[in-house]
Amino acid sequence: MKQFLLGYILVIGIIANFLFQDKDLEESMVRGSEIYADFCVTCHLDTGKGVEGVFPPLANSDYLMENREKSIFGIKYGQTGDMVVNGVTYSNTMVSPGLEDEEIADVMNYILNTWGNKSDKIVTTEEVTAIKK
Amino acid sequence: MKISVVCTYLFVVMTSLSCAQQQKNKAKTPENIDFEAEIVIENLSVPWGMAFLPDGSILVAEQSGELISFKDGKKTSISGVPEVYFRGQGGLLDLELHPEYENNGWIYISYSSPEGEEKGGNTAIMRAKLEGNTLVNKELLYKATPNTTKGQHYGSRIEFDNDGYLFFSAGERGERDINPQDITRDNGKIYRLYDDGRIPEDNPFVNDETAKKAIYSYGHRNPQGLVKHPVTGEIWDHEHGPRGGDEINVIKPGKNYGWPVITYGINYSGTPITDKTEMEGMEQPIHYWVPSIAPSGVTFVTSDIYPEWKGDLLVGSLAFQYLERLEMNGEKVTNRTKLLEGMGRVRNVRQAPDGYIYVAIEGKGIYKLVPKS
Repeated sequence: MKQFLLGYILVIGIIANFLFQDKDLEESMVRGSEIYADFCVTCHLDTGKGVEGVFPPLANSDYLMENREKSIFGIKYGQTGDMVVNGVTYSNTMVSPGLEDEEIADVMNYILNTWGNKSDKIVTTEEVTAIKK
Repeated sequence: MKISVVCTYLFVVMTSLSCAQQQKNKAKTPENIDFEAEIVIENLSVPWGMAFLPDGSILVAEQSGELISFKDGKKTSISGVPEVYFRGQGGLLDLELHPEYENNGWIYISYSSPEGEEKGGNTAIMRAKLEGNTLVNKELLYKATPNTTKGQHYGSRIEFDNDGYLFFSAGERGERDINPQDITRDNGKIYRLYDDGRIPEDNPFVNDETAKKAIYSYGHRNPQGLVKHPVTGEIWDHEHGPRGGDEINVIKPGKNYGWPVITYGINYSGTPITDKTEMEGMEQPIHYWVPSIAPSGVTFVTSDIYPEWKGDLLVGSLAFQYLERLEMNGEKVTNRTKLLEGMGRVRNVRQAPDGYIYVAIEGKGIYKLVPKS
């Protein structure tokens, strides 16, 4: 009985944790979608597909999904030099959009979980703050 | 019944025909490239503004807020630059010399200024003089209000006309339903001032109690090109549309250029903004681009160095990364050609006093177009 209770509490705890994280993520994504529409959509487009050879895609982007830190760094400090995304080389410049760390976390959560993208772990403001030049 | 069917059919056919005609007016890649792009200033990030001083130096405004003087192959950072609100499309933006710079030394600067009570920034115009490597005698001539933290649409190009009036643009700052059609508000406007910032007595809205009296024309979205026509002396602008619908307009006093009531563009999401492309009381562009090239910087070619291009308009394309040459017959675009394809986002283009065309490319630097002999 004791074991069952412990197990029960544990399971409820885990589910609650998931649900809360989901809610945090959801709220962060809503804020992130507004940042996206303000700062990013002109080049990366509403579909997240960008323009091949000019503006790299975010939707199903191997670079984004596999380089979490580098992606945050690029948004925080700007992006220059060659980058390879889904096999295509991009040598464009993205100026730092001048976002707050909190806004970067939000827009990261949005792009990591939209257009079929899916990330297991929510990006937090602390995580963004910890990334330095 | 039959007639209505025929009418519908004709309507569809005519519509698709007119679309097809628009398509035909596509920018072509030239067969022969008869010039070379020679790098003049290397390693620039976003060279938004450039000005050519009589001593042969070039001033470059980097969006990040740095003002650079380039002379004899050397870059020097200028101090005393105003604080900029570097977020989104804001930063240190355009540069323009007074038409009588040699006598008075005034340099005009546009930037996103955080000055004011509210958080954020808005377009400001300053003039200052260069003393050694420092900006001095700084005078703030105009500051659009209110500030906002939005990233979009500062406009910010500066141009003088033949009578010495100062024109500049301020984009609608991401508030298309509030700003462009309201002359009591800044943004989404082209302004006209005296060179010292005073408001000309004959500006179109000086007698309107509530209007911003510096406004010269309204209903604009984001004009990042402003140029004086070499023959007529009129001011022309080009402006970014949303998805599609970039425009070239001839700027006339008190006129309404229609944004967002009429446009040839649609929302980035693909949904319509309006079903209207024209309306009485609103000006039509002399040219529009669908899809958007994202125009930035503009110059008329008047120099003898490019005899083939004389009278043509050159416009930078950020989106498609080329320099567009538009052959003109009066106010009509007759042919469009892509130059400097694939070199990067073309932020600015100017014909310098030495007669050469200089092109600023993001992430690269400033190039001079030298004809092959």
